[in-house]
Amino acid sequence: MPSRILLPLVAMLALLASAIGMTASAGPADDAFAKLASDQFAQIEQGIVDLSAIGTPEAATVLEALSETKLFYAPDKSLVIRKSESQLVSPSGAILGEAPAGLKQVRINNRVRRALESALGSLTLISPDPAKRKAAAEAVFKARDPLALPLITQALSRESDAGVKDAMLRARAAIVLASSESANLDRINAVELLAEKGDQDVLALFSTVKATAPATVKQAIDTAINTIERRLALLSSVQNALYGLSLGSVLLLAAIGLAITFGVMGIINMAHGEMVMIGAYTTFMVQEVIRARYPALFDWSLLIALPLAFVTAGAVGLVLERSIIRFLYGRPLETLLATWGVSLMLQQAVRSMFGPTNREVGAPAFMSGSVDLFGLTITSGRLWIIVFSLVVFVVLSLVLRATSFGLKMRAVTQNRRMAAAMGIRTPWIDSLTFALGSGIAGIAGVALSQIDNVSPNLGQGYIIDSFMVVVFGGVGNLWGTLVAALTLGVANKFLEPLAGAVLGKIVVLVFIILFIQKRPRGLFALKGRAVEA
Amino acid sequence: MKPMKTLFAAALAGGLAISSFAAQAQNTIKVGVLHSLSGTMAISETTLKDVMLMLIEEQNKKGGILGKKLEAVVVDPASNWPLFAEKARELLTKDKVAATFGCWTSVSRKSVLPVFEELNGVLFYPVQYEGEESSKNIFYTGAAPNQQAIPAVDYLMENEKVQRWVLAGTDYVYPRTTNKILEAYLKAKGVKSEDIMINYTPFGHSDWQTIVSDVKKFGSTGKKTAVVSTINGDANVPFYKELGNQGIKATDIPVVAFSVGEEELAGIDTKPLVGHLAAWNYFQSVENADNKAFIEKWKTYTKNPKRVTNDPMEAHVIGFNMWVKAVEKAGTTDPSAVIDALVGVSVPNLTGGYSTMMPNHHITKPVLIGEIKADGQFSIVSQTAGLVVGDEWSDYLEGSKDLISDWRAPMSCGNFNVKTGKCGGAGK
Repeated sequence: MPSRILLPLVAMLALLASAIGMTASAGPADDAFAKLASDQFAQIEQGIVDLSAIGTPEAATVLEALSETKLFYAPDKSLVIRKSESQLVSPSGAILGEAPAGLKQVRINNRVRRALESALGSLTLISPDPAKRKAAAEAVFKARDPLALPLITQALSRESDAGVKDAMLRARAAIVLASSESANLDRINAVELLAEKGDQDVLALFSTVKATAPATVKQAIDTAINTIERRLALLSSVQNALYGLSLGSVLLLAAIGLAITFGVMGIINMAHGEMVMIGAYTTFMVQEVIRARYPALFDWSLLIALPLAFVTAGAVGLVLERSIIRFLYGRPLETLLATWGVSLMLQQAVRSMFGPTNREVGAPAFMSGSVDLFGLTITSGRLWIIVFSLVVFVVLSLVLRATSFGLKMRAVTQNRRMAAAMGIRTPWIDSLTFALGSGIAGIAGVALSQIDNVSPNLGQGYIIDSFMVVVFGGVGNLWGTLVAALTLGVANKFLEPLAGAVLGKIVVLVFIILFIQKRPRGLFALKGRAVEA
Repeated sequence: MKPMKTLFAAALAGGLAISSFAAQAQNTIKVGVLHSLSGTMAISETTLKDVMLMLIEEQNKKGGILGKKLEAVVVDPASNWPLFAEKARELLTKDKVAATFGCWTSVSRKSVLPVFEELNGVLFYPVQYEGEESSKNIFYTGAAPNQQAIPAVDYLMENEKVQRWVLAGTDYVYPRTTNKILEAYLKAKGVKSEDIMINYTPFGHSDWQTIVSDVKKFGSTGKKTAVVSTINGDANVPFYKELGNQGIKATDIPVVAFSVGEEELAGIDTKPLVGHLAAWNYFQSVENADNKAFIEKWKTYTKNPKRVTNDPMEAHVIGFNMWVKAVEKAGTTDPSAVIDALVGVSVPNLTGGYSTMMPNHHITKPVLIGEIKADGQFSIVSQTAGLVVGDEWSDYLEGSKDLISDWRAPMSCGNFNVKTGKCGGAGK
């Protein structure tokens, strides 16, 4: 299909042509259109290939409409593009007033989608938008169609953006390497160029080409594969550490509220997970309101949810402390059972109000997608959570150290009687401390809503891990919680590839049990009420 | 608030059950509904309870069965496996229900199985499961592995030319058994051991970074790779989110799931998932008049125009209609008579054909493969030409390939060994 190369040029002309009112062309395009108007995927795929070979502007419009699932067909096999809810146009751009009866969508599956990507890839190589050009270069890299070679060479000659140029060079190298017609020397050069930033896609390409390549090329590929694999192995331990850091930050977030209620106050609060859940549901409610009333604010929804989640979960915590827990101080077993009961009640209450199914909490634009760091993929949501958990940690440490409330809290923890004698209203400090711990759990819920299900069971998944972190880190010490969360996270992630997720968790648990035997007070022991009790 | 209302209705139905028991025990036929309304499984099972109430209400509008009205007895086993057995016993001995519709997880089914066998009850089980079981008293209206897993793998082999397989599942009996069957099946098809990666994760696993990046690595050898997922309910959302975030698209590495349906997708942003697959015997997007009418009825009943329908719901519809037909055929609700009458009963399913209860207490169903669309529905990309008969004892496992089940007299055996010619070859 040499005219596939023409497609982008023709697409450029299309703008001009449509401006002066081009008339509909007949002939092969109509046949291809008829192929699209089908419910057979093989036929639709053939239609796409034909269309990209024909390369009329109409073909380009139709292909784009198809990729956006806006292409429909009428029973008489004529194609209709739904530009918006109310506006229907024909492939040539004529506006159709009435929707023809029996309009059906042209369906796509993965095969069709792949054919589309490769057809549109060569189409958008000279798009004015650099992001689109880069995506196009990547599509060409994947498709490795030898016919795209002159086109990409031409696109390269006028490319100014360094990033896009790089992607295009790689795409060209991939085509040269994959084609058995290119000279061996060119192919070896291509191997070297690709190996420079070799990632898993390149490895896949190399292994495919290797099978059919002549000896000299094969040798170059083998050396390149070795270098890439060595580097990837090195990277994978860095990656494990990063994933561990990310898991650790999630653990830290989940546990830091508990470090206050259990760590500082000594309350075995089994309803801690439900405070996290309440925070997540607050986020859901905030997003619902924003979606319905102020869609423009969506990217700020998490920021808006933060204080609300803190207040909601804190208020629930306050009520819980005032109505139940304060009567049970000094009776850990009863506290455990009572808060366990409360956790079940909270879960069922949420289930009755919001239904048992998951609720959708969207990710703001800056939190979706991933960041590429020297060949490592880190999802941006998780990156933000690492940052966020550290911020929460620092703020909480400051509250404890540098505010009058923090001072009173520490005083009550270290010596209740003395604190009372100094005029501190210890019962109120207890309530507020518990509310603070619960509020922090609510904040954690906002973050966790981004990576986990927002369902009534959300909290259950974190309660055991949270207790593990606090106990391991040393009851009553925020630094202990930080170190413990990160240690457990990293240990878990290094064990997971070796032992599998299930066994890895068991090993960590056994390790903690042994550790607690040796050091019952955890990593960082602290003097306080927990010690006296 | 809708769930409040249904809970209230359930309570009301339960209350009615008790009050009318004294007054008019003779005039109604009781139907047990054994689904968790609280605890972890409530997420999936509450819907099935609602479907049963709707079906019973509808049957009563038609005049009930054998001139008697139906009466739902709803109990809540609270996602607690031993409680399932207790509640089953309560339904059979105290309420004397004619039939029970219930259970979701395999472990709950295993815990009520001895109760139903001991007290000769009738249980309709609506969820896809791992097979390797056959009981005189249980009717399996969900898919056996050959009605879901194997056709899905076949589809990927033929249409996507997949050569490398990741079998990822939650660590419990259904994924373990299904993956064992799939592994044997793939090897029988000539796939080498190094082209199969098996991975298990704990329940509710939420940190998928390592596993997804392993999958990516596994898929970068140049051979087309696919993931066959038996990951259970709650862990799916974070799994798909991680796939989307790490940029794995369905066109690169497709994921075919056996536990992800319309209901599960209702809680996720499905745009990054477009093109990933699921295999079921029913999709809401099936186009025919019966299904359209059912969806309308369901939306009216739940008073929620956004409610979706799914595969286990259809299984309950089929099971309920089969039971009604069998009771009418037998002229009585006596379990023994109904169990005999059920075999061979044929009722319309919602995909436009008929499903028949086979002698092995499994039903015939078409197998559909769907690709996830941006609106959370499925676009059906493949459908088996005919109906597939549920195979309780997998042909691909050493211990079970010689076993068959036939509950008709005179054989009346759940595990007949065709090699030795004896009943009781293996298993129970």
